Amino acid sequence: MSKWKKVLSLAAAASMTMSVMAMNVSAADNFMIGGIGPLTGETAVYGIAVKNGAQIAIDEINEAGGVNGVQLEMNFQDDEGDAEKAVNAYNTLMDWGMQMLVGTVTSTPCVAVANESVKDNVFQLTPSGSAVECVANPNVFRVCFSDPNQGIASAQYIGEHKLATKVAVIYNSSDVYSSGIYQKFAEEAANQGLEIVSAEAFTADSNKDFSVQLQKAKDAEAELVFLPIYYTEASLILTQAASMEFAPMFFGCDGLDGILNVEQFDTSLAEDVMLLTPFAADAEDELTQNFVAAYDEAYGETPNQFAADAYDAVYAIKAAIEKSEVTPDMEASDICDAVSQAMTEITLDGVTGLGITWTADGEPSKAPKAVVIKDGAYAAME
Amino acid sequence: MSFLSYLINGVSLGSVYAIIALGYTMVYGIAKMLNFAHGDVIMVGGFAVFVSVHGMGLPTGAAIVLSIVICTALGILIEGIAYRPLRNAASPLAVLITAIGVSYLLQNLALILFGANTKSFTSVVGFGPFKLAGGSLVITGETVVTITACILIMVCLMLFINKTKTGQAMLAVSEDKGAAQLMGIDVNRTISITFAIGSALAAIAGVLLCSAYPSLTPYTGAMPGIKAFVAAVFGGIGSIPGAFIGGILLGVIEIFGKAYISSQMADAIVFGVLVVVLLVKPTGILGKNIQEKV
Amino acid sequence: MKINKKTKSNLITYGIVIAFYIVVTAMQSAGMISRLMSGLLVPLCVYVILAISLNLTVGILGELSLGHAGFMCVGAFAGAIFSKCTMDTITFQGFRFFLALLVGAAFAGFFGFIIGIPVLRLKGDYLAIVTLAFGEIIKNLINVVYLGVDSTGVKFSMKDYMSMGMAPDGKVIINGAQGITGTPQDSTFGIGVILILVTLFVVLNLIQSRDGRAIMAIRDNRIAAESIGIDVSKYKLKAFAISAALAGVAGVLYAHNLATLTALPKNFGYNQSIMILVFVVLGGIGSIRGSMISAVVLTLLPELLRGLSEYRMLFYAIVLIVMMLLNWAPKAIEWRERLAASFRKKGREA
Repeated sequence: MSKWKKVLSLAAAASMTMSVMAMNVSAADNFMIGGIGPLTGETAVYGIAVKNGAQIAIDEINEAGGVNGVQLEMNFQDDEGDAEKAVNAYNTLMDWGMQMLVGTVTSTPCVAVANESVKDNVFQLTPSGSAVECVANPNVFRVCFSDPNQGIASAQYIGEHKLATKVAVIYNSSDVYSSGIYQKFAEEAANQGLEIVSAEAFTADSNKDFSVQLQKAKDAEAELVFLPIYYTEASLILTQAASMEFAPMFFGCDGLDGILNVEQFDTSLAEDVMLLTPFAADAEDELTQNFVAAYDEAYGETPNQFAADAYDAVYAIKAAIEKSEVTPDMEASDICDAVSQAMTEITLDGVTGLGITWTADGEPSKAPKAVVIKDGAYAAME
Repeated sequence: MSFLSYLINGVSLGSVYAIIALGYTMVYGIAKMLNFAHGDVIMVGGFAVFVSVHGMGLPTGAAIVLSIVICTALGILIEGIAYRPLRNAASPLAVLITAIGVSYLLQNLALILFGANTKSFTSVVGFGPFKLAGGSLVITGETVVTITACILIMVCLMLFINKTKTGQAMLAVSEDKGAAQLMGIDVNRTISITFAIGSALAAIAGVLLCSAYPSLTPYTGAMPGIKAFVAAVFGGIGSIPGAFIGGILLGVIEIFGKAYISSQMADAIVFGVLVVVLLVKPTGILGKNIQEKV
Repeated sequence: MKINKKTKSNLITYGIVIAFYIVVTAMQSAGMISRLMSGLLVPLCVYVILAISLNLTVGILGELSLGHAGFMCVGAFAGAIFSKCTMDTITFQGFRFFLALLVGAAFAGFFGFIIGIPVLRLKGDYLAIVTLAFGEIIKNLINVVYLGVDSTGVKFSMKDYMSMGMAPDGKVIINGAQGITGTPQDSTFGIGVILILVTLFVVLNLIQSRDGRAIMAIRDNRIAAESIGIDVSKYKLKAFAISAALAGVAGVLYAHNLATLTALPKNFGYNQSIMILVFVVLGGIGSIRGSMISAVVLTLLPELLRGLSEYRMLFYAIVLIVMMLLNWAPKAIEWRERLAASFRKKGREA
């Protein structure tokens, strides 16, 4: 036994010397863009989408000659959807010489990383970190809508368009995104004259059976069921609602985007589902079509809003670099100051909205698009 | 009426737990090890059917058979490589940890092979749902098939264990490996067969789990696996009818907990009931109470 | 003065920790340590403490616990709540963190005691599954707690934010699944090392004390221990509660290392409990030093494998299985011994 322990400790020592050695970061010729998101674990689907979306934007930009003639280089690190691992990923990227960060994908890791990046004064643009605290620091911006923003916008939309007065909510009480939206939705619902007749939760550990939540909504005679959740669970909810012949209106947020791309999903179940999403993969404009085509060619899938947010994030960085005229030989901290300033001055026509601008507190200003699913495709709603 | 409806939903959910728990309890009863990778074999079973139906265009029946064959082979392989070398290890915990390693391995392999995107599984059950009481009570075809499968499997397993030579060998191995060996039983072969059967059951469970709850990702098996393990313990781990009863009860408790107490605390309620049951009956509902001897 | 063998071994263990600290600090001040490694120092301390504390339950007491992350969770939240509430009143950072550690340890220890009373009546795998159940219950309950303070006092709800009925001037402390944000980042490597030493001191002294011998006697033969008048439940409970309290200490350290604290399956679920168990088993059940080393190796491993990108966790799983087989399989042990013997022989010949 003791022999083996020696081997173990030797291995530990060897691995340590490998990792402890501080790397010398040479002044790069390229802009070093870091990316962080879950590439493994339960939330991997979102992280991989962000990685792919960002990669497409980077490739396009580099092919077209880079930003101000400088190429972008991306290094995307896995955080497994965990705050601690995200900080490790951030530190790995700092060792690599990151100058700007696209990340992180999910909210909890994003808050943790934002607290580190502010200490180093590294510019951070999260594609999809939607919790309020994500952009609390001056160096952090985001591409997606914030959770409260989505909750309020959803309640307002339902109220103003008089879609329903009796509303049921099914949300994920163990998820930051979902409970964040629900919280604001419920507050705003009262102002909009909506009555929340049932609000039932599920957790990450019991997200297969929704019969109880649906039964309660049905018994309470809800006309509309609000689903501030991701599409994986939503696809199950729609299937189960159909089998119990419960057919209210379903209304969701950007997390529902992607439901039409679930392999082998019977899209007729999603007929008439409404969602507020900044991105629609079948939009007619050239920008979206090019992006969707490039994504499909590279990864054989239709991009969802995570990929679209990441794509826009990279283009926002490009615009901000061009505006601020930073150069890759500058310190990350100086780049951060200049780029953060430039972020508030740029206007981006992206795939998640036209004419996106940013405020100094990091929030994007863009119009949410309400879409409704008709014949297995999004159709604009008004 | 909603009570009956909840009850039916609980039984539906429970039947899925039960069919997974049968495989769990089978392996535990004979090999005396908690196979944490069992849930992931279920996931492999689901993917095998998904790929062979949608990728290779096989008919559903052939796909299920293929899935059973793949999982059986996988079970034998895992047992041979990862568990057998540790059978006589100084601590029984060693093999538990290796099982966790196997679980990570299967999840990450599936992630690389099939991607992280959710796949919607087309149910293999071609009939149902049945409507009672003017449409307010719905029993899905999947529930009927799952419960039928559970009962069939239970009967077959009990017949197999009690009536065949191999089955008796399994019982002997589970009682005392050393003595079984002295009686001329090939312990390695017997445990291999146990894993083969357990994994074949996992394939069936995978198909039915994905049919009832049609979303398939590399992590699909993990949580139902743990819940089914809880169900197996509930019913008295190692006991085949216990697994069935435990599974159904767990499903019913989960649904009633959500319906009548709190949907946020569903997990706490399920696990809370488990704790209470085990405190009252420390070896589960149908578990044998073995007296310790000096 | 003659130092007995065990004391010597213990001193070596302390020595390793102190040497590690000195080497790392020296390298840090020389600028030789990468950012990744500096960032990993506090998590390493957290996992080492968890490994040592679980070893007390699994290795010394001989009971399989799959809910250790639950106690870590209790400690983390208790400590973080304390720090968040007293951030404005206790301005001396070190003292506040010290108090937070005490609070975290006390809460986790109390939970260990309360949970231990029923749990320790069970045996083997049944005990394991009940500890797993308690771990999951704790995680689930923390996710539905809403806690805030406003001018009218403390507000609490187990339903949602709205039913807390907070005044607009209120400060939210726990916001359900969104957890606690803005905990002061008080954890440092130095404090972490001190806590490892304290943990070691508690555990090693317990093992060598009269109580420790009683605990090990229960592990080796409960009936025999009972027959010579050892109060089995008392000693079991004592070991279990101490183990839980130490896990709480690790939790407080964890909570004050990151700016955000949420109870997700990833950090406080059964997977984390199992991961801690992996440290203990891989390092050799009952071997304190072994579990410390394997905690360090297994925490570093996924970070060192980052170069493999998407194959990282796959490779990690394979390494874990291979290490387990090499470390535990009787055949592998035999092979290792033969190899070691032939090396010795060669060494002598040369």
